[in-house]
Amino acid sequence: MFDSNFVKQIKTKKEKWQEDQSKNVPERTNSSGIPINLFYDPSNIDQLNYDKDLCFPGEYPFTRGIHNTMYRGRLWTMRQFSGFGTAEQTNQRYKYLLSEGETGLSVAFDFPTLKGYDSDDPISMGEVGVCGVAIDTLKDMELLFEGIPLDKVTTSMTINAPTPVLFGMYLAVAENQGVSWDQIGGTVQNDALKEFIAQKSFIFPPEPSVKLVIDVIEFCVKYVPRWNPVSISGYHIREAGSTAAQELAFTLSDGLTYVSKTIERDLDVDIFAPRLSLFFCAHNDFFEEIAKFRAARRMWARFMKERFGAKKDRSMWMRFHTQTSGVALTAQQPENNIVRVALQALSAVLGGTQSLHTNSFDEAWQLPSEKAVTIALRTQQIISHESGITATIDPLAGSYYLEWLTDKIEEEAMKYIDRIDNMGGMIEALKKGYPQREIANSAYEFQKEVDNRKQVIVGVNQFMDEREEVKIPRFRIDPEVEKVQLERLKQIKENRNQEKVLKHLNKLKKAAESNENVIPYVLNSVKVFATLGEIITTLKEVYGVFKEQIVF
Amino acid sequence: MDVQTLVDGLFKGDIISTTRLISLIENDFVKAQEIIRKIYPHTGNAHVIGITGPPGSGKSSLVNKLALTWRNRGKTIGIIAVDPSSPYSGGALLGDRIRMREISGVEGIFIRSMATRGSLGGLARATRDAINILDASGKDVVIVETVGAGQSEVEIMKVAQTIVMVLCPGLGDEIQAMKAGTMEIADIFAVNKSDKPEAMETVNDLERMLNYEGLDESKVGWMPLIVSTSSTANIGIEELVDKIEEHQGFLTSMTSEALHEKRAAMELVDTLITKIENEAIKKAKESPVYNELVKKIVEKKIDPYQAADIILRKYMTN
Amino acid sequence: MKRIKVLVAKPGLDGHDRGAKVICRALRDAGMEVVYSGLEQTSEQIVSAAIQEDADVIGLSILSGAHRVILPSVTKMLKEKGITDVLVIVGGIIPTEDHEFLKRHGIAAIFGPGTPLKKAAEYIRENVNKDRILIEEK
Repeated sequence: MFDSNFVKQIKTKKEKWQEDQSKNVPERTNSSGIPINLFYDPSNIDQLNYDKDLCFPGEYPFTRGIHNTMYRGRLWTMRQFSGFGTAEQTNQRYKYLLSEGETGLSVAFDFPTLKGYDSDDPISMGEVGVCGVAIDTLKDMELLFEGIPLDKVTTSMTINAPTPVLFGMYLAVAENQGVSWDQIGGTVQNDALKEFIAQKSFIFPPEPSVKLVIDVIEFCVKYVPRWNPVSISGYHIREAGSTAAQELAFTLSDGLTYVSKTIERDLDVDIFAPRLSLFFCAHNDFFEEIAKFRAARRMWARFMKERFGAKKDRSMWMRFHTQTSGVALTAQQPENNIVRVALQALSAVLGGTQSLHTNSFDEAWQLPSEKAVTIALRTQQIISHESGITATIDPLAGSYYLEWLTDKIEEEAMKYIDRIDNMGGMIEALKKGYPQREIANSAYEFQKEVDNRKQVIVGVNQFMDEREEVKIPRFRIDPEVEKVQLERLKQIKENRNQEKVLKHLNKLKKAAESNENVIPYVLNSVKVFATLGEIITTLKEVYGVFKEQIVF
Repeated sequence: MDVQTLVDGLFKGDIISTTRLISLIENDFVKAQEIIRKIYPHTGNAHVIGITGPPGSGKSSLVNKLALTWRNRGKTIGIIAVDPSSPYSGGALLGDRIRMREISGVEGIFIRSMATRGSLGGLARATRDAINILDASGKDVVIVETVGAGQSEVEIMKVAQTIVMVLCPGLGDEIQAMKAGTMEIADIFAVNKSDKPEAMETVNDLERMLNYEGLDESKVGWMPLIVSTSSTANIGIEELVDKIEEHQGFLTSMTSEALHEKRAAMELVDTLITKIENEAIKKAKESPVYNELVKKIVEKKIDPYQAADIILRKYMTN
Repeated sequence: MKRIKVLVAKPGLDGHDRGAKVICRALRDAGMEVVYSGLEQTSEQIVSAAIQEDADVIGLSILSGAHRVILPSVTKMLKEKGITDVLVIVGGIIPTEDHEFLKRHGIAAIFGPGTPLKKAAEYIRENVNKDRILIEEK
């Protein structure tokens, strides 16, 4: 990067400086265990080659950004993850957020829905609508998007194992609105692998789960071209306790698996890759996060080109959504969380995210109150309109520290990716419990550091307020919700054409047994008001149910 | 609740009595003896099966399936799953129960996790007594799952009637490295994860090793069997259960006196050792006599045998 | 004093097990014997495991917001089975206003986000039923 004599001079001067100065400063490492120097200078990034390692925005390897104009051309999407109670209640929250300036929708489903159970299943008792919206049938989906034109708004749905069902419902709602499938845009999370590693809302065993992921990709390539059929996620991996390097490595490894599996179905990488998207966490260590996002862009581009032979730029773009870290927010002195979220969001923007969710300050207590979610949204709006950082692309490029850290975190992540490759890929690695063990160890080590104050958390292990009485606007889910939902479900079951439901469920079962793409069959079942639970039960009969081998 | 009430409850198969008695024998050496005195005549009806094998071979998942199969055949099952205690903290993470999720809570199946608490043999000291309790409570089958490391194979032989060693592909070196004599301990070898292609190789390796051992049916009466199983794919489970029951039949048909006496003798010796540890040694350590004796040994005023005699005489007389 | 036996369980559909797994290790490191019953446990399974393991303590981890229905269901079943001397504690996301309600339904203590691991272990040691863990001398 620099003139070699110049670098030699710097190195000599630095050695002398280090001898004189840096005696008693304790060592510092970041979350990924990378030791951080007291300062960085040109000699730290001498190996960097601008053309090869950075290049311009919108040019391979896209380290500085996937688009030529980035936020100057179009701001990131402000997409607040929300959902609670019945579909009508969530619909109102969506309309509120859209009116307050959010630019994309994001659906949070309740636990029964996430795990493929209907609201009237005994196991759902007490959980209906409590931490997300309850969706049992197409009727609920219609109510969820009542008055929201699906050709004008994009929607992200955080759903994994039951993706075919919820996606099928969304497609049916679009049809009912008179919107054709090539007009709708959005994302389904649909990332089975990270369920086994971190989030644990799996249903079927790994192989059929991955098969369903690819079914959705294949279907979208043909029929829903503007849709992102998967959001390869690191957020949950990070929240479960991994380091930044592990988050990066395990996420990309998951992605590499999906790409290979899709190619195995004879789909051309340049046809499906442009619609793959990713999802990262924005945690506390400001620069480590920015470095992580930049490294992710570069690594993804290189993998797509070198490992999979992608030719189009769009196939190599690492398009990603970011959510600020929930686990980093505290129950104590919750207003402090507003500051935490602002800093985390800033790192995501400086990291070039395409879409952002900011957490609400009451994260450690409840689902977001209206006041709290508004502040979270305003945080993004203030960053975008008042801070000036959107004036130029990748403003921190060239920073000695950041470029060094970007390289370093790529190096650390590659160690994990190589290990996983040697195990035979992520499916084999997770069967051996490898990523799960790494995450559990990192989580335990972190907690010990917090307990012995090596890691300070303001308000929790330092600067505490013993007499604190937390006063925040409360947000409770009305217990009536469960009754209302059960009544609605009962009505639908009584009024639908039972014969048609059974006919389509049977066809679905046969299709699953003969390894066909199940999406069209799920769609037909959904249209005759088969319930989520009924469809998932049908698939369970074919694929079985996954039993977790616990790893501490 | 006093011991008699608990024991009465035990004979009726009451779960709370069973569980409280196991805790007592685990923790209270004095009460343990009282309990065993009361229940011992009622033992000897259950078929005690030891499940051993290296970590990672899938013992717990196999036990899970075995228990289900027996349940379907109308039997009641007690399971003792042993995990190691941490040498640093003395605590333990008992992780076998979670691997038996299918049977946790099923009626007629009782699962108890136990920590080794310093015992190096792959079983807890109290395991044998816990087996007796489950036996006396009327369980048809009692399965004991060892830690799988260390001297597990030898220990399990002392407490179980039928020993199943669980192996799986990918642990090929384990078979080669197996200590001499351990191959003779297992009555049945279960080659688990047999849905994997390499499993056939493991079976072949095993057969070769058994032939090498030169076991003579006429001498031992029972030739170790190999069964291919897969707990995830549900292969070979029924067969394994059948073979285990076959072994039970063999044991019953044998000249039982010699075998029973051999077992009883082992139990007596083990119990003697436990009593000495818990009474003589424990009490001695609590008294100043102990340190005095130690000093005398250092000064060569007495030898360790004399010191031991002094302790036994002083603390073993009731 | 015998070793304290703890059953850690995640009732209901909530799959977030970071905290539960961390507390299992912490209690093990504090010298306790810990059984982790895993995810998606019904009240029946939790109570059945607690009885068979003769747990002195049951630690329930729940972050889904369904605590007002799920937790009383567990404590009610314990009572029905005649278990009255087991310490039941809870970790997770529980708004302060629900603490009173849960305490009335048999929950001894609630440990929210930010609780130091040592605090949970100390609380258990101080509050576990002494009759369960003391050994009478002859």
